[in-house]
Amino acid sequence: MMERKIRVFLAKPGLDGHDRGVLIVGQALRDAGMEVIYSGLKQTPETIVEASLQEDVNVLGLSILSGAHMALIPRITELLSGQGADDLLVIAGGVIPDDDAEVLVRDYGVARVFGPGTGTADIVRYIQEKKARR
Amino acid sequence: MSESTVELYRRLLDGDRRAAARLITMVENADPAAREVLKSLHRHSGNAHIVGLTGSPGSGKSTIACRLAQHYRGRDASVGIICVDPTSPFTGGALLGDRVRMQELSADPDVFIRSMGSRGALGGLSVATNDVINVLDAFGKDYIIVETVGAGQVEIEVVKFSHTCVVVTMPGGGDEIQAIKAGILEIADIFVVNKADREGAMRTVADLEMMIETGPGRDEREWKTPVLTTVALEEGGMAELASVADDHWRFLRETGRLAEKTISRMKAEVVEILNLRVASAAVDLLESEGGRALLNRLADREIDPHSAAEEVLEELLGRDGGKDRPGINP
Repeated sequence: MMERKIRVFLAKPGLDGHDRGVLIVGQALRDAGMEVIYSGLKQTPETIVEASLQEDVNVLGLSILSGAHMALIPRITELLSGQGADDLLVIAGGVIPDDDAEVLVRDYGVARVFGPGTGTADIVRYIQEKKARR
Repeated sequence: MSESTVELYRRLLDGDRRAAARLITMVENADPAAREVLKSLHRHSGNAHIVGLTGSPGSGKSTIACRLAQHYRGRDASVGIICVDPTSPFTGGALLGDRVRMQELSADPDVFIRSMGSRGALGGLSVATNDVINVLDAFGKDYIIVETVGAGQVEIEVVKFSHTCVVVTMPGGGDEIQAIKAGILEIADIFVVNKADREGAMRTVADLEMMIETGPGRDEREWKTPVLTTVALEEGGMAELASVADDHWRFLRETGRLAEKTISRMKAEVVEILNLRVASAAVDLLESEGGRALLNRLADREIDPHSAAEEVLEELLGRDGGKDRPGINP
C-alpha cells in the first residue's frame, strides 16, 4: 500500500522575468509521475527554504536566468544547511556558465547544474536515479 | 512506536514544523509507522476551525484561501493551509501551483502550507487529507483551510471533513450553476461569487439564492446559507467572508451542531479508513492461492460475484461471522 512519490520544488529565486523554461521542466517531471510544487516568480532564498521544508520535498530545483546565481544559490544552500536539510538534492538550471557551475557543485552543495539546451529527459532520469532509494 | 516515530511525535507537539512536514509525507505515503503516531495525536486534535474551500478551477479559491489566512493572522491566530490538486490518472504526477497565489504568506512562519496531489485512489484521498488535517490540528493550528477543486465526487468528499464549507463560483457560469447542483448545494455553508467585478455577478448571486430557496427545506433554526460577493484579488468582501465563517463557527457551537458534526465527521472518517483497509485485505485474499481458486470458480460460472464477495467477507470476519468478537455489540 505504500506509494512513494518524488516531490520536487521548482523555484525561481531573484528577479527573473519569465518562467517558461522551468514550467516546461515541471511538466516533464509531472509526466514522469512526480509531484511538482511551483511557487511563482521573484522568490527569496528564505521563502524557498521555508517552502522546501514545509512541503518536505526530495529535490529542490533552482532556475535562474538573471545571472545572479552566485549570490542566490550559495545563500539558499547555506540556509538549508542551517536547517539540517542535508538530504535534500539541490539541482540548478538556467543561464549558468560552466565555470560557475563547477564552483557551485564543488563548494556550494549543488549536486548538478543543467545548462541551456539540456533535454528534460536527462533531468527526469537524473532525479529518478538519485532518488530511487527514497 | 519505534524510537524515531516517538521522536517525531514529540517534536511535532513541540511545534517543530519539519516534524509536521515529515509526518505528513508519511501519511501521504500510507506509511504504517504514521498510523501509530496518528493514534497518539488524536487526543491532541479537535481544536482548530476547519474551513473547506471548493469550486471550479479558476474561480479564485487559492486567492481566497490566502486572504482568509491573512485575516486570521491579523488576529494573531496560526493557520494551516492544505491545497489539493488533481494527480494525472495516466502519469501519476501532478503540478501543484497553489502557492503562486499565496505570496503574501510565504514569509510568515506561522502559516504552514502543504500542497497535496489527489493521487488517484478514491478513498485514499479522503483518509490522507483528513489525517493531514489532524496532524496540523495537533500541531496547534487555530484555523485549517482545506482547498480542493470541486470537480469530482472525491473532492466533494474531502470537503465533508470540514466544519465550514465554502463553495466558490464566478459570474457568467450558467452551465456551472447547473453542475453545482450535484451534491454541493447540500454541503455548502457559504457560497461566494468571486471576481464579482465582472459582468453577470448579480445574476449569478440571484440564481444561487433561488437555488437555495427552492432547495432542501430548512427551518429557522438551521443555518441559512448566504451568498457573498468578493473580489479576492483586491481584498473586496474578504472581511465579510471571514466574519460570516466566524458566525457559522459560533452557530455550530451555540446550537450543539458542532458536537453532531464531529460525530458524523468521525463516523465518515472511520468508514473511509475501513473502506481502504477492508478492500486492501480483500485484494490480498483474492491474490492468494485460495483466492485464485475462487476466481477460477467465478470464471467457470460455478459461483457469482455476490456469492464470491460473501465468501471473502466470511473469511475476513472469521468463520463465526464475527459474532463472538469482543468490543462491538451490534
